[in-house]
Amino acid sequence: IVFHPGEQVLISRLYRTDFKRSIADVFRIQVISNSDVRSPIITLGSTSFFHVRVNNLYVVAVTKTNANAALVFEYCYRLISIAKSYFGKVDEEAVKNNFVLIYELIDVEINDFGYPQNSEIDTLKSYITTESIMSSAYAAEESSKITSQATGATSWRRGDVKYKKNEAFVDVVETVNLSMSAKGTVLRADVDGHIQMRAYLSGTPECKFGLNDKLVIDKNERGVGDAVELDDCRFHQCVRLTEFDASRTISFIPPDGEFELMRYRCTSNVKLPLRIIPTVTEIGTTQVSYTVTVKGNFGVKLSATNVVLKIPTPLNTTTVDCKVANGKAKYVPAENVVVWKIPRIQGGQECTFTATAELTSTTLRQVWARPPIDVDFQVLMFTASGLIVRFLKVFEKSNYHSIKWVRYLTKASGSYQIRVSFGFLIGF
Amino acid sequence: MSTQQGQDAKFFQRGKIEEFRAELQAAESKDKKYQKRKTVLKKIVANITMGNDMSPLFHDVIQCIGTPLLEIKKMVYLYLVSYGRSKPDQIHMVIPSFLQDCNDRNPLIRALAIRTMAYIPIPVVTEALSDQLRHCIKDRDPYVRKTAAICVAKIYVADARKAERAGFVEMLRDMLLDSNATVVANAVAALSEIGDRQDGVIFRLNLTVANKLIASLGESSEWGQIYILDSLLRFVPEEHSEAEMMGERIIVQLQHANSAVVLTAVKVLLYLMNYMENRRLIEHICKKMGPPLVALLSSGPEVQYVTLRNILLIIQRRPTVLKNDVKVFFCKYNDPIYVKLAKLEIMYRLAREENAQEVLTELEEYASEVDIDFVRKSVRSIGRLAIKVEAAADNCIQSLLTLIETKVTYVVQEAVIVIKDIFRRYPGKYEGIIPTLCENLDALDEPESKAAMIWILGQFANRIDNADELLDDLVYNFLDESTEVQLALLTATVKLFVYKSTSETAKALVHKVLKWATEEIDNPDLRDRGFIYWRMLAVNPTLAQEIVLAQKPAITTDSDRMDRGALDQLLLHTGTLGSIYHKNPETFIRNAAGRALVDTPALNPSSKAVLITLSRPHLPPTTVTVQGPGPIEPTPVPSAEPSKSMTSAPSEVGGQGLLDVDDVVTRPDSYDGEADVDGEDEDEVPRKAGDPYANLDNAFGGYLADKPQPIGGGRGGNTNVDDLLLWGTAINTQLR
Repeated sequence: IVFHPGEQVLISRLYRTDFKRSIADVFRIQVISNSDVRSPIITLGSTSFFHVRVNNLYVVAVTKTNANAALVFEYCYRLISIAKSYFGKVDEEAVKNNFVLIYELIDVEINDFGYPQNSEIDTLKSYITTESIMSSAYAAEESSKITSQATGATSWRRGDVKYKKNEAFVDVVETVNLSMSAKGTVLRADVDGHIQMRAYLSGTPECKFGLNDKLVIDKNERGVGDAVELDDCRFHQCVRLTEFDASRTISFIPPDGEFELMRYRCTSNVKLPLRIIPTVTEIGTTQVSYTVTVKGNFGVKLSATNVVLKIPTPLNTTTVDCKVANGKAKYVPAENVVVWKIPRIQGGQECTFTATAELTSTTLRQVWARPPIDVDFQVLMFTASGLIVRFLKVFEKSNYHSIKWVRYLTKASGSYQIRVSFGFLIGF
Repeated sequence: MSTQQGQDAKFFQRGKIEEFRAELQAAESKDKKYQKRKTVLKKIVANITMGNDMSPLFHDVIQCIGTPLLEIKKMVYLYLVSYGRSKPDQIHMVIPSFLQDCNDRNPLIRALAIRTMAYIPIPVVTEALSDQLRHCIKDRDPYVRKTAAICVAKIYVADARKAERAGFVEMLRDMLLDSNATVVANAVAALSEIGDRQDGVIFRLNLTVANKLIASLGESSEWGQIYILDSLLRFVPEEHSEAEMMGERIIVQLQHANSAVVLTAVKVLLYLMNYMENRRLIEHICKKMGPPLVALLSSGPEVQYVTLRNILLIIQRRPTVLKNDVKVFFCKYNDPIYVKLAKLEIMYRLAREENAQEVLTELEEYASEVDIDFVRKSVRSIGRLAIKVEAAADNCIQSLLTLIETKVTYVVQEAVIVIKDIFRRYPGKYEGIIPTLCENLDALDEPESKAAMIWILGQFANRIDNADELLDDLVYNFLDESTEVQLALLTATVKLFVYKSTSETAKALVHKVLKWATEEIDNPDLRDRGFIYWRMLAVNPTLAQEIVLAQKPAITTDSDRMDRGALDQLLLHTGTLGSIYHKNPETFIRNAAGRALVDTPALNPSSKAVLITLSRPHLPPTTVTVQGPGPIEPTPVPSAEPSKSMTSAPSEVGGQGLLDVDDVVTRPDSYDGEADVDGEDEDEVPRKAGDPYANLDNAFGGYLADKPQPIGGGRGGNTNVDDLLLWGTAINTQLR
């Protein structure tokens, strides 16, 4: 399996002898210079290329076997996230600046002969650093500590972590996916949640984590109202899956620092934080009028921030005259949308946008896909699923006191979509 | 989190060999903390990456191997991995350093040394490695042991028989019982690699080892879990209870965050279900499988794609999985096109009477998007929905008619194609819309839609008043049409004549077409069909009528369901490339071993009934190509080609294959030369991709053809498409 990102080959590691470097040229011709790539996987003869794009880089894997495609892509993603964690960003400059380090990483630790080995950032950082290590004799003892961690049962944690103040931060971040039809019926509403944890805890702590998961609540405390039905939970590898399966308790020894503890999905009783009511009318063939209302559908104390609505306009729009009471609205011809930005919407507040778009009269009606209205926003201390963290318990040998923080955030970016229908008003 | 920024970008400059050599030599003296050497080596590594040949520096670089700086050692090793195998005469010089490192006190260095040696498949190195490896497999440090396990796979690939003789396979087997989970996982991975080769040993697990492996899942890294889960397919349950117990223990893995773990667990569960008896458990597993699969759809688009292609297979085999989840497959506006197309297919599969209306509303929405391919598939899906769900047919027809009104040519063409099938599915129900179709005759310019429309005209010539005029117009360019259209015209005019045998126009028309078909056309199919019709009409017109207008078998959607046995076999490849193309890997990858369910007393009767057994293709192909009589086809179809490529294991590349290769090899190895070779290839590919329906040859079987495909492999013997295959062999020959 080979890896090489970039227009110019920046890193390439050939794990198998049956490839030569010029394989990169094949990829360049097939994918990079092809403007219409319709699949992340291309097979030519018995050689297959998998690619993932980040910024202007391509991470490519090549194989001649019937490779596990999911594994390959997961690995590409992981490679990107490791690179991010090491250099902060992933672009041509960062990769070039650190190419020796990257070779060290992908070659020696993360992957051997095309088999991913260890991709835990924490462990990797313990022995692959940006500084040079003087080798051999002195490091031998240190090294065996490393090796036992890299191969051990808790490969994600070092044993000797110490903090003055033992703290744990839990961030519940929910992304709402909404697809609403023009008539206002919800076609699909679900929540992708993930719980991000930053653990700054000494020693080898044993954590227990509790949610208002319906299955748990029903079992233990009958009659508690606000339970949430989770369709599916997936956990970081530190969580003991067997224990969860048996009793739905989430117990684990956390890695040090930041990690994603779990991901879940919820499809029932999704509370939609923003209600959007669009009315779009075509007046003759030269004008389109818009009225779009947004309402904050949550408690008065909360507020949605960074609300951005993208309202599509026909392709032959010349100018758009917008009127808004809150925020700013601007026509962006390059994207054929009006972008309406509202810095803050209080719970219960209603904002309205009215506009008229002038169209050039074209004889050829261009195909216009009528994209949906797309809404991005963030609501702090609100979960669309209604999920609440009930407890986080930390047990450690030394029995220290630990401080726990929980934060909730519901957001949408590119997935909160309201379709638009066009009313026609001909002969105005 | 971010650490200090490296400043190595400046090394990406083309350098001269001589300069590097001089710099390296200069660095030998007065090199404080080896900084100078480090810099030069970085430059060299950067140049290797850019594709510049640094092999002349071999001698100079290996001088640095004794440097006690780990970073330098790693770079020298990287250099050796790149050029070691091209320097078989000089490699012996580094062996002493290798051996020294193999016995270093630091386990990281021991591991590094054997790893690097195993990457250099030259007999001297392998020889030296064999001894060391034997120690390292039993090293006290698990890190060295796990590296050694992978090394065995490497030397096996280099020389299988030698590795077997040295007893390494047995040693690997013993490593399955290692106390460290990472070592176990790597040993499993290495054994699987060996077992997947056609010339490899057969790797099977017994119950004890399988159970031991499952127990070690909990301690393995996510990647290790994948290797272990995957290997469980090599355990063949003899009793229902074995499969059931194992299944229960694996269910928890579905909750893992890594999609590959989830899909591999799904694969094992689907496999084990073939050997289970307990209905309740099977249902329980199916129920458990749905949500994790759906959850994968919130991963990156690439993983979504893999998941969707697999879901498509899974729901055909286990329809209860995701039965009620059609909504999650509704496309988002900003999904990449490949995700959308895959979702569309699943939406159609999951459509039932209860959700047909929802699905139809979605499909209508998609039909107004911009991507032509997606729109066409949406329109087609509307038609298929009408055929599949009778209750929805009325609404589907209505929406197709609305779409025809848009007059967008590709939408109209697509609609006509599906409407033809709808007519056949529901005879006598929707013929009222024929006039609308006739109005759009001029919009049709693709063979498939034209042929469909012509079929409609011929079939219902008795209901269309001006059928003869319309057909007369269409016949005008008869000789320039594609074969597909010509065949349709031939049949349609015959039908017209049978319906309206008194009409002079019809008579003249059929005569004209028959004459063309039999006298002007070279295509044997067309000519033969022409003769048959002519003879029939001449000998017994009444009988001809019976034959031409015979009752047609009703169209069902059964034909687009995959064969059960084949499905069982494909599901053994869940998550892999094969599952994306819906092809067995041995059909498009050389030297890949096939998989099949193994018949044991525990195998379900239903799975047994459709069992496909696998014969390992050990023998050379016995395909004989017989030159058929008659005119030689202009298209080169060497039928021996696919089988040849399949069986040409690296060791037996020879004969005809090499001849083609030589053409490529003898070209100057410059960029231009290669671009040329690829150029041909590029011409090939877009043509295929450009018209996604190019390979649709008939109405229904054709739907299956319209899906991701490995380019070149497996689909008949188009010689020049497979140039990468030649490429592969070219590489092999150069190495040897």
